[in-house]
Amino acid sequence: MSDLPLIQADRAVPPPAATTSTGGRRRRLRLLSRTDRVVITLMVLVPLLLVTGFVWLPAAATVLLSGTNWDGIGPLNEIEFVGARNYSDVVNIYPPFVPAIQHNLLWLAALFVVATPFGMFLAVLLDKELRGSRFYQTALYLPVVLSLALIGFVWQLLYSRDQGLINAVFGSTIDWYGDSNVNIWAVMVASGWRHVGYIMLLYLAGLKGVDPSLREAAAVDGASESRTFFRVVFPVMRPINIIVLVVTVIESLRAFDLVWVVNKGRNGLELISALVTQNVVGEASRIGFGSALATIMLVVSLVFITIYLATVMRENRE
Amino acid sequence: MSVDTPVRRRKLTPLRMLLHGFLIVVSLAWLFPIAWAVLTSLRSYDYTAANGYVSFGGWTFDNYVTAWRTAEFGQHFLNSVYITVPAVLLTLFLASCVAFVIARFSWKLNLVLLGIFTAANLLPQQALLIPLFRLFTEVPLPEFMSDSELLYDSYWGLILINVAFQCGFCVFVLSNYMKALPRDLYEAAMVDGASIWRQYWQVTMPLCRPALAALATLEVTWIYNEFFWATVLMRTGDKFPVTSSLNNLRGEFFTDNNLVSAGSVLVAIPTLVIFFMLQRHFVRGLTLGASKG
Repeated sequence: MSDLPLIQADRAVPPPAATTSTGGRRRRLRLLSRTDRVVITLMVLVPLLLVTGFVWLPAAATVLLSGTNWDGIGPLNEIEFVGARNYSDVVNIYPPFVPAIQHNLLWLAALFVVATPFGMFLAVLLDKELRGSRFYQTALYLPVVLSLALIGFVWQLLYSRDQGLINAVFGSTIDWYGDSNVNIWAVMVASGWRHVGYIMLLYLAGLKGVDPSLREAAAVDGASESRTFFRVVFPVMRPINIIVLVVTVIESLRAFDLVWVVNKGRNGLELISALVTQNVVGEASRIGFGSALATIMLVVSLVFITIYLATVMRENRE
Repeated sequence: MSVDTPVRRRKLTPLRMLLHGFLIVVSLAWLFPIAWAVLTSLRSYDYTAANGYVSFGGWTFDNYVTAWRTAEFGQHFLNSVYITVPAVLLTLFLASCVAFVIARFSWKLNLVLLGIFTAANLLPQQALLIPLFRLFTEVPLPEFMSDSELLYDSYWGLILINVAFQCGFCVFVLSNYMKALPRDLYEAAMVDGASIWRQYWQVTMPLCRPALAALATLEVTWIYNEFFWATVLMRTGDKFPVTSSLNNLRGEFFTDNNLVSAGSVLVAIPTLVIFFMLQRHFVRGLTLGASKG
């Protein structure tokens, strides 16, 4: 599947009918020497093989494996196809599956309803060229440079039952990371803390790119600031809005590090990504289960990746 | 318009003060968890155990010394260097090659190529884990490259997977950047008889320095912060890079939050240094990916 482009890219080196046939381009292509063609082929082929071999082929293999009963250890020729059995097993006899789906959706909802809009709101405020804007920006995106694994540890200092700041201040005895009723909220707050800064940064860059004359025109027409934003700025920011949306979906689907450092995704912190990992490196390796779960992740992410690519490529062509 | 803008900015209306107040509160709230970690790391466990964490005193640097020694941070930092430096250089080199071809020629397949690379960067890593895990345990390496004699549990394996994953983002950013360069440059180079390689290396690459600097800053941070691949594709404890070695500290530091915070601050220092020294590049790198630059 992914071999096709590289073969064609190779063949496309001599002047193909597909290129825009201005005389200049034809001449330029014919000027490519034999060495040049080899160099171009290598420049594309080596990275392409790497990304195909380590990303796309494993992704395709995941989909194939989700239809088999392979145990992950036995020889590959003993694999039998079992159709959709892994999927029905995952739904029916795998207790952590339903909580994991719920947690992923909750994660998405929390980022989408709270963290993303808050980041966008802060970006709009910071776009006003206030004095001290640099300080505000730096403070807000400082968490973006920290790894999510590290963020898990930093927030433990606030969340810990016996030594945490929150319980010390409020006199409570809640184990924020351990209690399965509250721990998903605790990790979502920590993850949102980072997400807000990231979105703020992306959105601020988008706002800076908006043609100032649009705003001036709206101001001349007597539109209020909020009206100008919602009626003029927000609509022209459509590509950035879509990118921010996709980033939010992908971040919530990829959420992993934080729950893994807390308790490896158990006891209230089940996420699809953690279940896949448990099924591969955990004590019980159930490859069929794991692959079915991974395929679900893959399909959801590919839908949004397609939206993302369509948006940015249209943006670039303009 | 341009005349009265500075005047308006100097005037502090109640609304502006409210805005500043709000932003100051939010900024301090955002800095607080990090400040608290630094504060906790500088206090002795005995003092905070006796007086609680909401107290003042017990200042010491001992936590850093203990954390550094117990967790063998020296070795883990070195491992992070072994992985991050080659991975970033290789990512930038390979990505700039592909980006150059995409930007230099206008073949129809360029769009497909760009899609293959960019999408790869956005896939959830866990979705590839099962076949990759098997692949890594099957591919042999000579002993002088890895004492595991496999791609699994070797620096080489981690470098390759990081490069494969990060290439997409860099191809995307660099190809956009290169497309914006004037095409006359190539015409002139062709007249001089420059080969494709020389056009890439001596014409395009020097002009891409700002984008490469931004991407290098970003990729160093990302690969240094990478947690998942090292967690699942490494086995030997003292080969873990620093970010994923964190999880092993959990057991050792379990009952001592002051040590946890000292360890966290140590791990954060390289990224914070990069952040404060190269902030401009960091921000540019992130936003280059989202806008046309």
